[in-house]
Amino acid sequence: MSGAADLKKEPAGSERTGTPLLELRDLRVYYGAIEALKGINVKVYEGEVVALLGANGAGKSTTLRAASGMLAPREGQVLLHGERVDGIKSHDLVRFGIGHVPEGRRVFPRMTVKENLEMGAYRFKSPDREEMDRVYTLFPRLKERRTQLGGTLSGGEQQMLAIGRALMGKPELLLLDEPSMGLAPLIVRQIFDILKEINEQGTTVLLVEQNASQALQLADRGYVLETGEVAMADEASSLLADPRVRAAYLGEGA
Amino acid sequence: MSLNELWGYLVLGVVLGCLYAVIAIGYTLVYGVLQLLNFAHSEVFMFGGFGGVLALTAWTPVVNPSGMQSVLYVAFGMAAGAALGAAVAYGLEKVAYRPLRKHNAPRLVFLITAIGASFFLYNLAGKLFDRSSVAMPQMYSNETVFTLFDTDIKTTHLLIVFSAVAMMVGLDYVVNRTKLGSGIRAVAQDPEVASLMGVNIDKVVSRTFVIGGLLGGAAGFLFGVNSKVVYTMGFLPGITAFAAAVLGGIGNVRGAMLGGLLLGVVETMTVFFWGDDWRYVAGFAVLVLVLMFRPTGLLGERLGRTA
Repeated sequence: MSGAADLKKEPAGSERTGTPLLELRDLRVYYGAIEALKGINVKVYEGEVVALLGANGAGKSTTLRAASGMLAPREGQVLLHGERVDGIKSHDLVRFGIGHVPEGRRVFPRMTVKENLEMGAYRFKSPDREEMDRVYTLFPRLKERRTQLGGTLSGGEQQMLAIGRALMGKPELLLLDEPSMGLAPLIVRQIFDILKEINEQGTTVLLVEQNASQALQLADRGYVLETGEVAMADEASSLLADPRVRAAYLGEGA
Repeated sequence: MSLNELWGYLVLGVVLGCLYAVIAIGYTLVYGVLQLLNFAHSEVFMFGGFGGVLALTAWTPVVNPSGMQSVLYVAFGMAAGAALGAAVAYGLEKVAYRPLRKHNAPRLVFLITAIGASFFLYNLAGKLFDRSSVAMPQMYSNETVFTLFDTDIKTTHLLIVFSAVAMMVGLDYVVNRTKLGSGIRAVAQDPEVASLMGVNIDKVVSRTFVIGGLLGGAAGFLFGVNSKVVYTMGFLPGITAFAAAVLGGIGNVRGAMLGGLLLGVVETMTVFFWGDDWRYVAGFAVLVLVLMFRPTGLLGERLGRTA
């Protein structure tokens, strides 16, 4: 392990060169007068799984929301394949290949499972049947329930639906906001297994999680946010082994 | 007061209810996407009546039109009414409501704006089209087509029922089976997530107003054919149709249709049993009664947005 000063620099895996798929550069976001993000830098390379960790209010969700155009940064840049996309509204940004699975799942409660999935493909002229089959293969439960209303599903099923819905937009980059929230450990494991599969099939993943151990087991790299700043950035395995991370986010004594 | 007369009033209630249903759809659609009670919708309806009058006066229908000519006149008048209704609704959203949305104005501001827009629009109509009532130019001779329970069913009655049913079937198709319809429903259920799916909320809202305007304008034309067109004609049918939308469960399209039909029938039944003075009382009494037991309306599932 290197010292604290080194941890704030670029992740150790410096073999990741070239243009990142997603780069957040000196991003500052304000809610009124409150500075939620104080100039953070995050890079996500193609094919990676990157985890954003941190306590409540650290700015994890805000980071994701800025990345998908749901809120505009006051300063800094959002770059996709090196091109600036900050200022582009979220409904236009989906065309750039971003799929956002929002916090709290937020499936359309009065649409069926199938209609929810079709909404995910709204940016296309019509939903891709093959993509829907792929989602049904990843989540057989959704196929069983395809005529059921989204609001009547269990929490785990809703999370699966929210992920499936985002996949229907054929994203290059999948943003996930707390996919484990409020779910039983068994379901969480299932969902993380599927996320791994999705990543292996070629989708890059940026994951916000409170469940640091699950997230770091899946992730290649991780960033730890503290009060709107990047406090640590490293390989996931190093973060998992870091005593401070273990103390603060994995519930162990230091 | 014979039993046959009662049945006759029931039939007239269905005719009236069809109009209320079509107007009510406009209230409920806009409420769905914006949570806004668009009180100016009654004026969209009124402008639809004037659209029909203006278009048909400009074309000057011949005195004894042939069957084919009649059909053309009706189609032309209805299209003109729908078009003017849609134009007014579109402009209303652009000028009055969109700036409020851009500034995240509180809901009360929207409501006051809606009421203000309503005053503005009907006074504008009074100034533009004169404050006296005008009759719709005659497009066909309104003859009795058949007699049902001693009540003469005339061409106009059939015209209203058939057009209204066609519009409702069409609208139901658009909302439930088209892409625009999915967009409308998605925005109604969760606008933020809808935009994450690529739905342009501004576009969907604008088109929702246009759809409501087309239906409201066409209903205004049909109402004008049945009675007269005047700048104040929007108020009572508008407020009744609004009540119908609430009765059916605001935000729910099929609920608005059901509520409209119900209030139309309740209205003529009231006239039959208690006389014309009570015409507008019973509908609202029913509304109060239903809301006491089912606050979400007849077909409304829940209040507001829930995840």
